[in-house]
Order: sequence, then C-alpha cells, then structure tokens
Amino acid sequence: MHDFHFHAPSSLKEALDLLSEHSDDSKILAGGTSLTTLLKQSLIAPSHIISLHRIPGLNSIDLTDGHLNIGGLVTQREMELSALVQKHTPILAEAYKRVATVRVRNVATVGGGIAQADPAMDPPSSLLILNASITATSSNGSRTLPIHEVYTDYYETSLEPEEIITALHIPVQPEGTNWTYIKYLPRTEDDYATVSVAAIGKITDGKVADVRVALGAVAPTAIRANALEEALIGMQKSSLTHEKLKEISQTVTAIVDPTDDPRGSAWYKRDMSAVFTRRALEEVLK
Amino acid sequence: MTTTPIKQSVTVNINGTQYTKEIPTYRTLVDFIRYDIGLTGTKEACSVGVCGACTIEMDGKITASCITLAVKADGATITTIEGVADGENLHPIQEAFINHGGFQCGACTPGQIMAAKALLEHNPHPNESEIKEWMMGNLCRCTGYYQIIESIQAAAEAK
Repeated sequence: MHDFHFHAPSSLKEALDLLSEHSDDSKILAGGTSLTTLLKQSLIAPSHIISLHRIPGLNSIDLTDGHLNIGGLVTQREMELSALVQKHTPILAEAYKRVATVRVRNVATVGGGIAQADPAMDPPSSLLILNASITATSSNGSRTLPIHEVYTDYYETSLEPEEIITALHIPVQPEGTNWTYIKYLPRTEDDYATVSVAAIGKITDGKVADVRVALGAVAPTAIRANALEEALIGMQKSSLTHEKLKEISQTVTAIVDPTDDPRGSAWYKRDMSAVFTRRALEEVLK
Repeated sequence: MTTTPIKQSVTVNINGTQYTKEIPTYRTLVDFIRYDIGLTGTKEACSVGVCGACTIEMDGKITASCITLAVKADGATITTIEGVADGENLHPIQEAFINHGGFQCGACTPGQIMAAKALLEHNPHPNESEIKEWMMGNLCRCTGYYQIIESIQAAAEAK
C-alpha cells in the first residue's frame, strides 16, 4: 500500500475543513470496507485519508413527517436490525441484510455504500423504488439530492469531492404494499448478484394501483424500470397471467446494459433480468 | 528509492493488554496484530474481506481485520483467538471444535471460532439455518462445514 496521511477529525466541521483543504488529493473513509480494499489493490492512491469514525451525531435513525432519516454513519448491520427500518421500509431492511456478511455489515456504513456507487451492491435498487434522497454537506452548506441523481456510472456519483453524505431520507413504504428483493446468486450466498430485482406493488379493486421495479448488477448503475411500471399501472389483475407478465418483463432487456464477468455473460444476465423481473412481479402483484 | 513511511502512534487493548506502537498509516489491522504485536493466531488468506480467516472482535463486534486500517483501530478494544481461552481452559466453542471435528487443517479455525463465539453471544441457541447464514462468510478449504455446524450446535448445548 502507498503512503498517506491519516486524519481522524472529531467533528463534522473539522472533517469538512480538511476536505476543502485537500479535496484534490483525499478520500473519505467511513466504514472502510470498500476503500481499504481499493487502497490495498492500489486502485486509488490519495495522499490524505479523512476518516469519519470519530464524528458524533451521524449514526441515528429517526422517523419524522413520514420519512426515515438515517445518519450517514449508520452501519449496514444497524439498517438490517433497526425496528424502525423493519416496520416502515421492510424492503430496505432486507436489502441491507443481503449485503456480504455480518463481519462486513458491522462496519460498512449507509453513506459509504452510497458513495461507493457499486451497481452490484444490494441497497441501490430498493433506494430507487422508495424514492430516497440524500443530504450532502460541504463547508459551503448542505443540499438534498434524489438518489437517482446520485448514481451516474460505475463507481461514480454526482457528489463533489468536498461533500460528505450526512443523511439518507426515505419516504415510508406505503401501507399494505407487497414487496420483494430477489438476488440471483449462482455462486455463493454472500456474493454480488448476477442480477437483483427490488419491487413493490399493490392491487386495489382488482387493478394495479402501485408498482415499482428496479434492477441491480446489470447496468452501470442500478436502474428503475419506468416503462414497465407505466405499462402495468391500471391493468386488471385478472389479465396478469404468467404469459402476460413474461411478455411485459421482457421489456427490461431493452434498458439493461450488463457486462461479462464470472457471475454470468452479458447475454445471460440480459435474459435473467427478464426472468427475475417476472418472478418479482408475480410476488408483488398477487 | 526508499522513503520513510508516514507514521502514527496507535494505542489498542488486545486481549486485556494495552499496546502503543508507532506504525505506518498504511498498516492493516491484521498485519499490526501479527507482526507488530506478534499474535499470529489471526490469519490473512483472501485479503479482501471475503474468507473470514482474519475475523477478530473489535469493540464488541466481529470484523475483517484485513480490510481495516490499524490507525482506525486507535483506542479500540480487540479480542483475537489468543484471548478466547481462559488461561489453560479452552472456551466451550474451542472444546466443541476439537471434539466434533470442526478443527481440521486449522487455517480457517481462528476465524471460525471468533465468528461462532459472536453468533452464540448474539443468539445462544441458533438453529441450523441461522448457523449457516451467520457462518457463510467463513470459508473452509477442507470443506468441513457440517462438522463446524455440529461443533457450534454442541457448544450451544453445552452452555
């Protein structure tokens, strides 16, 4: 590993000052599970590491005005176990539960995971369909960004180098919605997915009243299946046969953009995107 | 070309003993424990946080010491495999691993025991699927997984 200065500021202000001073040659370390791996593999070589672990006040989860507000330093394990998250956004508790292993979730943070922007991670697809937003803070102030504007490409976000993700905001999942998060894992249970699908749906008076679907691991970012959702809204439940859902799910093959890797070839992932979307729809539109 | 690495002082409590060392900022926690402190029970295998061999307990939670910077552990309380037994008396999980074949070639065993100990502290009587879910991140190249599960079940019953 290369040489770097390690800073452990004890307040957010001190961290933001360090970041503006070194923004061109620094990286923020939250839990560090991804960043330390990148450092070890010499994929990044910043001169300054600014660790957030001593900053107080960024590790709580509360419910205000129909939103869960989650501090940027809340761990992924806390998301899995939080009674508030389990009650108000159960799909998100499940998505965080599926990340790697307990050992990693004990340390990896919510803010760090979002900033890492790996499209194969578990939470992004659920964050998209829940219409989550984040607060990004720099020494110039704070701004709120919808999650779909945060992820821009493989491991790329629209965050500025001097910004820290201080909070995640989630509108609570509507009452009575069905939800599912399915992860296709041909190798091991703690692996990244070949394809993952997050979906919520609700049938009211025999019709599709709400349906939201997003896919992970099959494009440079997690992607929302907008056209599929529009096609389904208002449809009679009785018309949603296996064949019909299969046909509608096929539309996601036009929006995915997978790559070949040890978890599957691009064409296979494209095919599986449709299969797993159909399975998710059968689960949430019952 | 040689340069002097940037160093920082780190104080940690490992298995009840306080250590202060001046170390390069890039030192990983597993290297710090093995080479600066000399406790070689903790192993490094995959180096990317996947295999579980380097599992330690830090401030009450298990973590992968191979993807943790030692400087981030400044002020932490750590338990490694060397701190699990009570003097000459092995921990019930260690006894169970020996008696039920969970201890095989031994390379993964320190990590398996640290993970199993955390499981039983969190859930004293796990069923088989809970054991599998918790332990899935601890790989065993001898593939002695069923003996490991049996060892954990036996340790839970012995409590």
